[in-house]
Amino acid sequence: MTAEILRFALGYAQIALILALALACWRMLIGPRAQDRVLGLDTMYINAMLLFLVIGMSNGNVFFFEGALVIAVLGFVTTVCAAKFLMRGEVIE
Amino acid sequence: MSRLIPHPVLSATLVVMWLILTAFSLGHLLLGTLIALGAGWSVEHLHPPKPVFRRWLAIPRLMAIVAVDILRSNITVARVLILGPNHPAYHSGFVELALTMRDPNAIAVLAIILTSTPGTAWIEFDQEEGRLLLHVLDLRSADDWQSIVHDRYERLLMEIFE
Amino acid sequence: MMHLEQLPPWAAIIIALFVVIGATLTLLGGVGLVRLKSFYQRLHAPTLGYSYGTLPIILASMLMFSLTEQRLVVHELMIGMFILITTPITLLMLGRAALRRDRDRKLGHDEIVPPRNRPEPPTEEPAKDA
Repeated sequence: MTAEILRFALGYAQIALILALALACWRMLIGPRAQDRVLGLDTMYINAMLLFLVIGMSNGNVFFFEGALVIAVLGFVTTVCAAKFLMRGEVIE
Repeated sequence: MSRLIPHPVLSATLVVMWLILTAFSLGHLLLGTLIALGAGWSVEHLHPPKPVFRRWLAIPRLMAIVAVDILRSNITVARVLILGPNHPAYHSGFVELALTMRDPNAIAVLAIILTSTPGTAWIEFDQEEGRLLLHVLDLRSADDWQSIVHDRYERLLMEIFE
Repeated sequence: MMHLEQLPPWAAIIIALFVVIGATLTLLGGVGLVRLKSFYQRLHAPTLGYSYGTLPIILASMLMFSLTEQRLVVHELMIGMFILITTPITLLMLGRAALRRDRDRKLGHDEIVPPRNRPEPPTEEPAKDA
């Protein structure tokens, strides 16, 4: 019985995270200015990381954790580089 | 001793991190210790301002206050998002605050606290004049925020760092 | 999927609750990212997912794998520490970049931002590379 509840909760979490991912992607596509797109990309990275953790939990596989860690590191580096470019790339030309 | 291990806290944290990521064994302990010592030496060459902790006891109190505040502002922001951004009870805006502390480590910790709290975003800080520009989602009044930041965080941070 | 049946009932309930809370907060952050009107308001929305959206999922994952693996699994704390340290840096840099772009006359404004309280340094400063 409790396993059913847990399975339902994990399924709900996956659907919610995928929806959040899609919303962030939507903001990245329509974002009126460049900083909106970068913010959407950063949110997408974090949501994908959480999705990996939840998928790992529902599969019972510890190794999804490594993927989540790599996504977190890559997201950080990407966003910092993009923000640095927004700050420097157009101000000093 | 301090030449061999210039940053003991950093090195110890790195060893613990290495043992968490791998399984515990003697080989991994040695390898992790070597990596942590190497990281300590390379950080020493960067000459960061060394944090000096005056009062360790205030740290857990600060962490508890921050955890409660983040929880409370999570609820506030979630309510704003559900009610919609055009609801008349909320309006967002910029707030300028004056900070009295100057220690760079304390300011870094304050930046982490204010940014990871939903509802406040740290936009700009003027190092020379100590003026801080915040963006607040649920803005009541500027004096309010000045006293919140000063009473809740700044006093504890100054106790810890200065 | 046999591992879900091995869990004791109390743990299953706690894990389900934490996962649902975390995912819901993250989804709310995504909704806010689309719904809010200006960039500085949108800067607040993902913080929901970064703070108490991540924490319950990490705790649930730790609890679950500690029970199924029969040993203490704490490596998810690494992700928590990493997010705790890196999120302020990314949001802070994004905010500063947006402020700079909004103050730049050439790029056009979509929001009124407070001016610098000190005069701009002369533009012909010697080129120094970061």
